[in-house]
Amino acid sequence: MMIKFTLNGQLVEVSSDPSRRLLDVLRQDFSLIGVKEGCGEGECGACSILFNHHVVNSCLLPLGNVMNQDIITIEGFKTTARYQAIEQAYIDAGAVQCGFCTPGMVMATESLLHLNPTPTDAEIRIALSGNLCRCTGYNMIVEAVKLASERGKGLW
Amino acid sequence: MTDITNSIPKLDAKDKLSGQALYVSDIQIDGMIYAKTVRSQIVKGKIINIDIPFLPEGYFTVSRQDVMHKNVVKIIFEDMPYFATDEIHHLNEPIMLVVGPDKSVIQSIVDQIKIEYVTEIGVFDDRDAPVAYSFKKGNPKKVFSKATQVIEMNYQTGLQEQAYIEPQGFVAYEEGEKVTLIGSIQCPYYVKNAIIDALGCEPNQVRVIQAAVGGAFGGKEEYPSLIACQLAVALKKVHKPIKLIFEREEDILSTTKRHPSTIHLKAALNELNDVVGLSADIRIDGGAYIGLSSVVLSRAMIAVSGAYTIENIQVEGKVLRTNTVPNGAFRGFGAPQMIFAIEMFMHHIAKETNQDAFAFRMRHLARQGDKTSTSGVFRDPIILEDLIRVATEKSKYHSKALAYSQTGIHKGIGMSFFLHGCGFTGSGESTHINAKVKLFKTEAGLVKILVAAVDMGQGIRTTLPKIVSSILEIPIERCIFDYPDTDFVPDSGPTVASRTIMIVGGLVARAAKELKETWIENKEQSVIKQYVQPDYIKWNEKKFKGDAYPAYSWGVNVVEVAVDPLTYQTKILNVVSVYDVGKEIDERIILGQADGGIVQGIAYGYLENMVAVDGKIKQKNLTDYIIPTALDVSKMSTYIIDNPYPLGPYGAKGAGELTLIGGAPAVALAIEMAVNKKITKIPVTPEYLMELMHHDD
Ligand code: FES
Ligand code: FES
Repeated sequence: MMIKFTLNGQLVEVSSDPSRRLLDVLRQDFSLIGVKEGCGEGECGACSILFNHHVVNSCLLPLGNVMNQDIITIEGFKTTARYQAIEQAYIDAGAVQCGFCTPGMVMATESLLHLNPTPTDAEIRIALSGNLCRCTGYNMIVEAVKLASERGKGLW
Repeated sequence: MTDITNSIPKLDAKDKLSGQALYVSDIQIDGMIYAKTVRSQIVKGKIINIDIPFLPEGYFTVSRQDVMHKNVVKIIFEDMPYFATDEIHHLNEPIMLVVGPDKSVIQSIVDQIKIEYVTEIGVFDDRDAPVAYSFKKGNPKKVFSKATQVIEMNYQTGLQEQAYIEPQGFVAYEEGEKVTLIGSIQCPYYVKNAIIDALGCEPNQVRVIQAAVGGAFGGKEEYPSLIACQLAVALKKVHKPIKLIFEREEDILSTTKRHPSTIHLKAALNELNDVVGLSADIRIDGGAYIGLSSVVLSRAMIAVSGAYTIENIQVEGKVLRTNTVPNGAFRGFGAPQMIFAIEMFMHHIAKETNQDAFAFRMRHLARQGDKTSTSGVFRDPIILEDLIRVATEKSKYHSKALAYSQTGIHKGIGMSFFLHGCGFTGSGESTHINAKVKLFKTEAGLVKILVAAVDMGQGIRTTLPKIVSSILEIPIERCIFDYPDTDFVPDSGPTVASRTIMIVGGLVARAAKELKETWIENKEQSVIKQYVQPDYIKWNEKKFKGDAYPAYSWGVNVVEVAVDPLTYQTKILNVVSVYDVGKEIDERIILGQADGGIVQGIAYGYLENMVAVDGKIKQKNLTDYIIPTALDVSKMSTYIIDNPYPLGPYGAKGAGELTLIGGAPAVALAIEMAVNKKITKIPVTPEYLMELMHHDD
């Protein structure tokens, strides 16, 4: 089946089995390796992408469901000014350790700030609660989201 | 010069943020095929027949029939085969690989393989104890016979899964006779040496390279060697690049975890109600193969008296062999179990004898010059009292403890004191490891740091270059630390035991000093340094006597909780930690280690619940095995007090494991206060609390 969707701002067409996981399509067919597989069962969020600007686990998303939708991965997002703000905030807050959860966390951060540019601590924790991190204990990531929100005034 | 502690941006952060860092699953090689492991479906028994379906062209099975030399994973005891023999010792034991170009075809082959077994009854108790150690300090017999009172308690700890977010995996390929493995690993030379043994080949025919590692926590210490041996054998059969990445469920069900333990403690008290003697019986469940269990046991035994000095000690320790998945390294390595038990015990002794627990514990603190549990000496200054003072002030421990001891409040505050021996136990560094590091300066003045230490998130890709740049007074961009590749780096030992900064970093610092003194512009230069044990360190491995570690890091954790009186759910309200890690090489990195470590440690104490019933692990994915999310974490404050260690780089000691080991007793003591029942078992789950509440003491 031919599936058309927008991927990182470009219209793409994939002729493939619509039941394939979007995660595999992104990693294998498009070499978008910033989308990570940590569990394959919707628990860890390492595979997070933006689906019409909402954070979604791509391991649970069948390819067929993205027909005519807008998909952004870390590779597409990293060219934006918002990414720059988030990146610097993560670095300054010390939010990156092993880095395996990190691209997913960045996508969750973008999804949150897009909806709510000035989230409270509790709102940030809820927004990140679908993304597991085993290294940082989360508080430096929460701090990074706050920093990005403060510094990125007007970006979201 | 600025203070080395001042934080700098992590050198690998941008690559990781933008998703461009290459983890093993991201590596592609032309013509690469895939592998999947076929595992035993029984807990114990014999294989009587394996029926393999017709294999399409390009698909192979690889099993023990293909082994070229030895079918054992080189760890300490040679007891674990990498392909099961006819005898199955645990569920999900690897039997063979199926390799080929298409993953779905591989899966269908795996599904069609039929294995017939004769099932036997497994062993899950203490019947089989292949490792038994014991040691004593002073004259425990005498003090127990003269004691005015003897108090006994039994403590239990559960399984804990490392739950690194990146599962285990390797990419393997051949270049002529040589096999190369790129993996998510902590110890490149462990993997290399295991493959040399498996293939019976020359050292120069094996090359091991680290990929970016998505978390490890001990789980990628010895286990990866098993996968690597299988793949090396597979390469020799199929001669094509192979990728093997575990799925989450496979990772949880078949890799090593933290050893469950039962620890029986007995204290002899004198007429002043001081502990004058301690006797301990420590049993850890090693699972089906011994692996690193004997070393884990040693560390647990040596930690017997925790942060206290007790003059007379008798310790017995056993590794039990059971028909469960083998247990292995996990951040803390035996210490978290023992520190939980001794911290609870000290508190329980005080309660039992109607003493103020805080004052009682303070009275027993270890001091500089005291004899360690193994009759070595605490040579360096111990600033534990300072740590405790800061921790009690910052957490308002005393006023809160008073307020929460009233009934009906359902809140509690708990404090743990602990230490962690830095580096390998005993003479490990000098007799087994003999770390070697190399600095290589190019003509252009770039300095390459050549060590086998792995950055798995703990930040050494930043801290090691920082040490070198700061000593050489050159920009950090000119200090190059690539992922280790055994073709280029000497064996500086495994990335374990909180040894990287103190031991490897210490050698790197010495090499940098020498390079600075001998520096010649526009000329290639190299400096090699090898570990030399300070000669005052004496250790008798058989008797467990002497200095078990060259140095110790110290810590205090305070955890505050609320326990819901209806559901018995525990909520963490606040955490305060104070540490002596010698000197921080980078403040933000240490604070990150502190946050991550204590969250794992606290969760070990109350949240992370994994049980094996008759050899079957009940939690098979991250839905069943709950690790903390951002919602489970409270405010956490960490304070570091400098106490430089003369032989560490800039005075630094170990830090990575220390931050985990006090979490469980602190949270358990807090819960004990909130529910006013004696806690003797972790994790303190709502079910366990319910049981306690419905039983009168
Ligand atoms: S890989 Fe998709 S949620 Fe874990
Ligand atoms: S940084 Fe390692 S899992 Fe988040």
